[in-house]
Amino acid sequence: MLLSEILRMAFRSLGVNKLRSFLTMSGITIGVFSVIGVMTTVSAMRGSIETGLSFLGVNMFQIGKYPNGIQLSGENRRRVEQRRNITLEQAQRYRQLMEGWSDVVCLKVFNRDGPVQVTYANRKTEPGVNFGGTNEHFLAANQYSIEAGRNFTPEDVDLGRPFAIIGQDVLKRLFPSESPLGKMIKVGSRTYTVVGTFAAKGSNFGQSQDDIVMTPITRFLSDHGAARFSITIATQAPSQEVYNETVDRAITAMRMVRSLQAEDENDFELYSNDSLIAVFAQVADIVRAGALVISAIALLAASVGIMNIMLVSVTERTKEIGIRKSIGARSRSILMQFLIEAVVLSLSGGMVGILLGVVTGNALAVWLNAAVVFPWDWAAIGLLTCTIIGVTAGLYPALKAARLDPIESLRYE
Amino acid sequence: MIAPLPPVATARSYRPPGSLVIRIEGVTKLYRMGAETVHALRGVNVEIRRNEYLAIMGPSGSGKSTLMNMLGCLDTPTGGRYDFNGKNVAHMVDDELAEIRNREIGFVFQTFNLLPRSDALHNVELPLVYAGVGPAERRERALEALKNVGLGDRVHHKPNELSGGQRQRVAIARALVNRPSILLADEPTGNLDSRTGEEIMALFEQLYDQGNTIIVVTHEEDIARHARRIVRLRDGLIERDERPGA
Ligand SMILES: Nc1ncnc2c1ncn2[C@@H]1O[C@H](COP(=O)(O)OP(=O)(O)O)[C@@H](O)[C@H]1O
Ligand SMILES: [Mg+2]
Repeated sequence: MLLSEILRMAFRSLGVNKLRSFLTMSGITIGVFSVIGVMTTVSAMRGSIETGLSFLGVNMFQIGKYPNGIQLSGENRRRVEQRRNITLEQAQRYRQLMEGWSDVVCLKVFNRDGPVQVTYANRKTEPGVNFGGTNEHFLAANQYSIEAGRNFTPEDVDLGRPFAIIGQDVLKRLFPSESPLGKMIKVGSRTYTVVGTFAAKGSNFGQSQDDIVMTPITRFLSDHGAARFSITIATQAPSQEVYNETVDRAITAMRMVRSLQAEDENDFELYSNDSLIAVFAQVADIVRAGALVISAIALLAASVGIMNIMLVSVTERTKEIGIRKSIGARSRSILMQFLIEAVVLSLSGGMVGILLGVVTGNALAVWLNAAVVFPWDWAAIGLLTCTIIGVTAGLYPALKAARLDPIESLRYE
Repeated sequence: MIAPLPPVATARSYRPPGSLVIRIEGVTKLYRMGAETVHALRGVNVEIRRNEYLAIMGPSGSGKSTLMNMLGCLDTPTGGRYDFNGKNVAHMVDDELAEIRNREIGFVFQTFNLLPRSDALHNVELPLVYAGVGPAERRERALEALKNVGLGDRVHHKPNELSGGQRQRVAIARALVNRPSILLADEPTGNLDSRTGEEIMALFEQLYDQGNTIIVVTHEEDIARHARRIVRLRDGLIERDERPGA
């Protein structure tokens, strides 16, 4: 008997009990949907998250009081919060220690006192400008470049000059039709002279990177109270080959600066683009594993549902089976009929699940500015799994149907 | 309206018996009901040849259906021997039995046994589906079979949209569509009023004239009268085997 005949029979009899077929399918749909949705979201977001997390320049790593990008829980958070701040003096000591090995050491600190508004003449920005202090290596460290004017000089930083470099968003707001260079902008009660503008960088995780005002770090700290801030230090290894050695040296230097004894643990964090991406990958893996577990449970429940419905169906259709056998259906044909019915149920549930999962996952991705993807591998795995589920759940009921005695089943009412 | 049928032939045709189709010897059938055993057949011997038109008669409970189901390879005897077309049925595997039911035997039931959700055409096509006949030929042959039983204009009606007589015609078309060696009908008029029953028997007459071999089970003398040979059963044994027309 041809597969197309059996398929036609399967669709015909599933169509008879549309609501029941739909409900049975929906278990599979939910199971497949959850895994495909998560996999689609994760793969769609991976690209944008990896570029988002790669904000540091080439061969750079960063040292700070807080680990970046990781949500700390209870115990760990308390331990980290009890750490001493990294002071400007410590950071400068570190820089001296690294001198001759790595010359690109960026110190930076960002405002933590709530939304910052920048004003010029009668114009002002939206509150929420990224406002911070740094040195001449900020461009290399955070992958910015100067569009107009100039970068800070070491002298600007040493002398704590009240200068500022502004991002494109701030520029458009405050200087829509004039050059900002040499103009005095105000942040709170403090006044800074604009010496340069950053070239546009676009947004990251939905947040603009051009909504930024940077000043020399010395100036920033004296204006806003040095004691309250902990400095973040970005260090660039001279080359990929000596990256690990540079990290080792940096840790040694930092331990010296922090006056740690041999038995003390590091009281600072060191991280790089790669370690941040690794953290993301780890989180993504946990999310995936969770999705797999949830969908495995849903699929298991759904396959029990399919088996149950198929058993009910075999009982209800005992007479039909008897009729089919009486006109010459072989046991194998009956077996295939019920098996294919279970597979069709499971596979169509799976296909709907894949469709919903891909649509939902991509909708989420689009909302988060990530590229649209179709997870072929997971879709294929999903379809294969559904086929296996259909066969497994349908096998026993189908065997039961195939083994029915023709005359007994004809007598069944 | 069903197509008009030719009246029951007054001068009945008679075809000389052909090759042996069915041969049963000492066939018994026991049903165990708890502690009790029912002897439905107690040792039946009969030979049926091609071109016969045979009625199996007997009171209710005499074992007619049991015998018929066995002849139709739907059921197996407890004892004795059944040869179909010269082959011992006891030695056949399931698939061979299915093949015989599909190609060699057309079975007509008292209760029609049509698939309720399929139209007449699909019901008649079904044996051809299991015979592996392609869709186009299947449709053509099913339509022809339906036309032959006078239902050419009812092919897309479902069983519940047809009268009892029409349902039985669909069942007969289904039984004949694969050109079986023999047509078995177990009380084909049992669920029909007497007028409709006569129409069905007229159809059987016509089918016999067309060259079919027919076995009809009935407990009504009026129905049995149509056959060329009557086998009378009583309490699981053949009481008489007569050929009134011969
Ligand atoms: N499946 C069965 N289980 C038990 N007893 C049965 C079964 N089928 C038939 N019988 C018994 O076998 C005898 C013959 O039945 P059956 O062949 O149906 O008779 P008929 O068709 O002549 O009325 C009856 O006594 C009936 O009760
Ligand atoms: Mg009976």
